[in-house]
Amino acid sequence: MTTTRAHLLVCAGTGCVSCGAFDVRKALEHEVKRRGLEGEVLVVTTGCNGFCERGPILLVQPDGVFYQRLKPADIPHLVEEHLVKGRPVQALMYVPPREREPVPRMKDIEFFKHQRLIVLSNRGRIDPERIDDAIAYDGYAGAAKALAEMTPEAIIAEVTRAGLRGRGGAGFPTGLKWAAARRAAGDPRYVVCNGDEGDPGAFMDRSVLEADPHAVIEGMIIGARAVGAARGFLYIRHEYPLAIHRIGLALDQARAYGLLGKNILGTGFDFDLEVVRGAGAFVSGEETALLASIEGGRAYPRQRPPYPAERGLWGQPTVINNVETWANVPHIIRRGADWFGAIGTETSKGTKIFSLVGKIANTGLVEVPMGITLREIVYGIGGGIPGGREFKAVQIGGPSGGCIPKSGLDLAVDYESLKAAGTMMGSGGMIVMDEDTCMVDIALYFLRFAEEESCGKCSPCRVGTGAMARVLAKITAGEGTAEDLARLETLADAVKRGSLCGLGQTAPNPILSTLRYFRDEYEAHVFDKRCPALVCKALIAFAIDAEKCVGCLLCKKACPTGAISGELKKVHTIDQAACIKCGICQSVCPAKVRAVRRTTGGAAAAAGERR
Amino acid sequence: MSRVRPSLSEFEALTKRSKGRKRALIQVLQDVQDRFHWLPPEALEHVAEALGVPLVKVYGVATFYKSFSLTPRGRHVCTVCLGTACHVRGGAAVLEEFERKLGVAAGRTTPDGRYTLERVNCLGACALAPLAVVDGRYHGQMSQAKVASVLAEAEKDEAP
Repeated sequence: MTTTRAHLLVCAGTGCVSCGAFDVRKALEHEVKRRGLEGEVLVVTTGCNGFCERGPILLVQPDGVFYQRLKPADIPHLVEEHLVKGRPVQALMYVPPREREPVPRMKDIEFFKHQRLIVLSNRGRIDPERIDDAIAYDGYAGAAKALAEMTPEAIIAEVTRAGLRGRGGAGFPTGLKWAAARRAAGDPRYVVCNGDEGDPGAFMDRSVLEADPHAVIEGMIIGARAVGAARGFLYIRHEYPLAIHRIGLALDQARAYGLLGKNILGTGFDFDLEVVRGAGAFVSGEETALLASIEGGRAYPRQRPPYPAERGLWGQPTVINNVETWANVPHIIRRGADWFGAIGTETSKGTKIFSLVGKIANTGLVEVPMGITLREIVYGIGGGIPGGREFKAVQIGGPSGGCIPKSGLDLAVDYESLKAAGTMMGSGGMIVMDEDTCMVDIALYFLRFAEEESCGKCSPCRVGTGAMARVLAKITAGEGTAEDLARLETLADAVKRGSLCGLGQTAPNPILSTLRYFRDEYEAHVFDKRCPALVCKALIAFAIDAEKCVGCLLCKKACPTGAISGELKKVHTIDQAACIKCGICQSVCPAKVRAVRRTTGGAAAAAGERR
Repeated sequence: MSRVRPSLSEFEALTKRSKGRKRALIQVLQDVQDRFHWLPPEALEHVAEALGVPLVKVYGVATFYKSFSLTPRGRHVCTVCLGTACHVRGGAAVLEEFERKLGVAAGRTTPDGRYTLERVNCLGACALAPLAVVDGRYHGQMSQAKVASVLAEAEKDEAP
């Protein structure tokens, strides 16, 4: 193996690629070549670093210097200063919110400092398209140990003792699931990876597949050995083309190295994997629906039990685990149940990856030990709310989860405490909301999502999600009544109890949790005809502040309905009857003027009634 | 271009890989969709025959999953993400502006066949929210005001 004096690690996760990481890499390669540094400096593309807000990202090793928001034009200067003259470029480093001094090293940046990387330990340090990189960091050492030194029973015992629970949402103990599949009668058996990450606002599975595909493959080899499966499937949603591409490459390389196929590592164990692309249906993430989709049909869920561990793919015993769950397995086998069990809380062991998004300063993907508080995540890692706004809630668990208000910020994050707070771990999406987010609107958003994604097989979900969405729409339109609030609760209860699968059973959670913590906002919509967050169109109006308006014509030109009148350097006014409340006037009004404001209640309601 | 009726031999090439396995139905339809950007009626019939699956089942699958389109799509595809992160950062207003500028509702294609407007429930690139993708190109931190320039860019790329 050749050694170089510096590694330039370019993040090539979807986020960074979207903002030009490949152009940055090209510029780096060009510049390194132009300066004759080829033998000394190596340009490597890695998986997602997690700090997507700051892409494209470059990490220079061994110095550990972190550069962010790079453009190809920055590169010649960066290479000359840092790599030729040895002077890191301050202007391209990360500056924390509300501070002035840059933080040069990755390990000192708040966003990274509080994380504990297990599943994502290879992120930003290996090239996911090269199996040798993964192997250099102990890749497949767990599989080798499981295949050569452990009995299937010992593997299951180790995973059970570690306390690993499903990372896809429900938190079922992985070891118990494997044991059930091993006990079940029937041959062949299958293992399946659920990579149909459908929760909006969650992208950790995509990131794991993109950053370290071999960890998932290795986990599945170990699982297959434990339950006695010879074949497995990776079901990945089609919206993740880069993940599908990388897992495909990883499978080919693993086969070429004899890590998949016949007689793996000379142990006599045969196992191979196949990728199945999802076709776009949220319900496919439900395990029985996913299996129906692999079989080539519509993704309809079915009644459980029997659970897939007993009767899964083509009626055979099948273990189905989430991407993140599989990626935990090699670490447990390699480092032992005691090591894993020491991380986390009494009931929730290990780490969990969350996607921290929404109204948060440091958007990105974070892996933290179970039991960390929400406050540490939102303020410590996330850097708080941008723009001087107030934190209102954090939504966890996607369409199946709920919102946790400010009073819950000191909650320790684990399966049980989240459930008690009216939400669920889910896949790990954390959407931060500030005072400009309307909680009734958010509930409506999720119910419309559930209505659209309901597969239609059972009527409580098919009819009930639509009925709840209609009541919420009525409330956001300012036409809600006290009876509507009671009706929402009745409907929520019926859908929760009557639905066939997890999609319907959890669909009312966004309503129940917002009613529990933000009932005053519902009441403001219903009784006062006000939207306190100034979001619901029927209850707000736009107005131009005569004292602030400088008469620049920008809003007048942008208004799609010609509702704004006024001349250059004279105060503009909005004709409320013609206004469609698209808000474009507010978005084009210059930041130093800010003459357009939203109002609600009183005049706004009267203006709404006029239309 | 998407409106051209594909030939039988093209379908045969696409279905061959499945080796007649019934479970390959979704994958075959995806290959057809990738190649033609929609599922022409002849394709559904051919796939049904080649895999030995009833046409009604092929139709059922084709209408169940969102990635399949039973109508031809425009030369330019604009996808606006309405995942939760995009929603709280104003994605709905961006979609409305696309609807006004293109004169079609989400899910529709302009009558001249130039644009298809779609909305998607999350592309998993939440750090870029609100996000729009035009012809495969990601436009992060979108705003209503940026819609016009993003569309102009797509026009510019159009081959003469």
